[in-house]
Amino acid sequence: MIWQITWLTVSMALVATLIVLPPGVLLAWVLARRQFAGKTFVETVVSLPLVMPPVATGVILLYLVGSRSPIGRALASIGIEVLFTRKAVVMAMAVMSLPLVVRTARAGFEQVSTRYEDIAATLGAGPARIFLTISLPLAWPGVLGGAVLGFSRAVGEFGATVMVAGALPGSTRTLATAIYTFTETGQDREAAVLLAVSVTIAFVALWIANRIGR
Amino acid sequence: MKKGRQAASPPPAGPRDPFSSFSILNSKFHVAAVGLSLAAACGGTPPAERAPAGEGPIVVSAAMSLRQVLVDIGEVYEAEGRGRTAFNFGPANSLARQIIEGAPVDVFVSADEAQMNAAVAAGAMAEETRVDLVSNQLVIIVPADRPERLSSASELAGAAFRRIAVGEPEAVPVGVYAKAYFESIGIWSALAPKIVPVTSVRAALGAVEDGGADAGVVYRTDAALSSRVAVAFEVPVAEGPRIRYVAAVTRASARPDAARAFLAFLAGPEARALFEKSGFVTLTPSRRDEPDAGSRRPEAGSRTGI
Repeated sequence: MIWQITWLTVSMALVATLIVLPPGVLLAWVLARRQFAGKTFVETVVSLPLVMPPVATGVILLYLVGSRSPIGRALASIGIEVLFTRKAVVMAMAVMSLPLVVRTARAGFEQVSTRYEDIAATLGAGPARIFLTISLPLAWPGVLGGAVLGFSRAVGEFGATVMVAGALPGSTRTLATAIYTFTETGQDREAAVLLAVSVTIAFVALWIANRIGR
Repeated sequence: MKKGRQAASPPPAGPRDPFSSFSILNSKFHVAAVGLSLAAACGGTPPAERAPAGEGPIVVSAAMSLRQVLVDIGEVYEAEGRGRTAFNFGPANSLARQIIEGAPVDVFVSADEAQMNAAVAAGAMAEETRVDLVSNQLVIIVPADRPERLSSASELAGAAFRRIAVGEPEAVPVGVYAKAYFESIGIWSALAPKIVPVTSVRAALGAVEDGGADAGVVYRTDAALSSRVAVAFEVPVAEGPRIRYVAAVTRASARPDAARAFLAFLAGPEARALFEKSGFVTLTPSRRDEPDAGSRRPEAGSRTGI
């Protein structure tokens, strides 16, 4: 059971990170390099899940994909069920890790001098080419650090997950929700083992992030 | 760690987790992962993750205080070849909210009538399937290392009790019951500043176990599960609020017949015996409203999970 829960959590967190990474990094680059109307608004919205109570984020997601919302009904009409499935787990994880990916990657981009990008532009490179061949390679520590932090956040995600995915054993029960259930139902030993697993994963991930950051 | 409980009753063999087969999990995961990645990458439609209805377990969202007994009942149900069950435990208010928003749940077991009423009012339940399952009793608990007996609940207003753990009094059923009781004996306003609202009855139990709260209000069945708390006062059933665990099939259930069959089993004699063994007060078909106060103690052998 430990392995099942750990594997489920880690794999879901990986999927969530991979989904968040492309749009997150692109957004980070745009925020680091461009000025546009409503920029502060975008920054604020992206960072909201970082500071809002995760359960509140979960309730919002529940409303968004629930059967009473237009989005939920549209998804249902094409046969996609989200609530209480692993899609819900991934969705909760992705939303909660997006701010960390964007903020960390953005700091990475901002540390890179704009000179190289300017020079590339004068030599005729378009924005896409500049991003892929200049900005991204130079900012990789920030991007990778953001990915690791986002992954760690996803592994630990609880509040939003329990609202949209429940905690079905073997199906949507992650490390965090399992620790919650086990603690609440007095299964202290199981909770302790999973706690140790959580701490280990978080420690390793943060250690890697710190190494990259150097 | 393999099994989460040590039940004295003979547990049926076989895996408890309905999805515990690794190969199934992996293949399901890959399908889901590939589907999601595709959806993210090119806006495509991921293949349906769920198998067609018919073989999956009945999903039961149930109040946290029913965990041990429902897992036992689910095992018996499965062992008798009637079907598989998957339990989602949480505070009834969150469970009701999820069901109202369309979570794919087949059966809802609430610890109070209010949350079931909310789900019914939202049109989420098949109302005709609604059934009163069992009753319970409120007790006031204190940490086992500082045991005491209260002659009345009013003593909670004294200075010795600085923090009292109670389920969120507006939403979590055990908290709603506790508030109703304290109001009925006229001490709620005196206690209110000392109340520590928690998310479920098990959280209240935990707060007292760890000494974070000087006292707590839980169900008798929960107090019986822990050796680290002592019962200081049993709320007389006649004075306490009417406690009802109610269950019904959801309107959204993809397998209403299987869900009804499980509900009938829950209300049937076999489940009834398990409920009684765990200390729940079963209701006679004629809806006996007054369970005999505190005379029936849970048997030691029925303690599970700790």
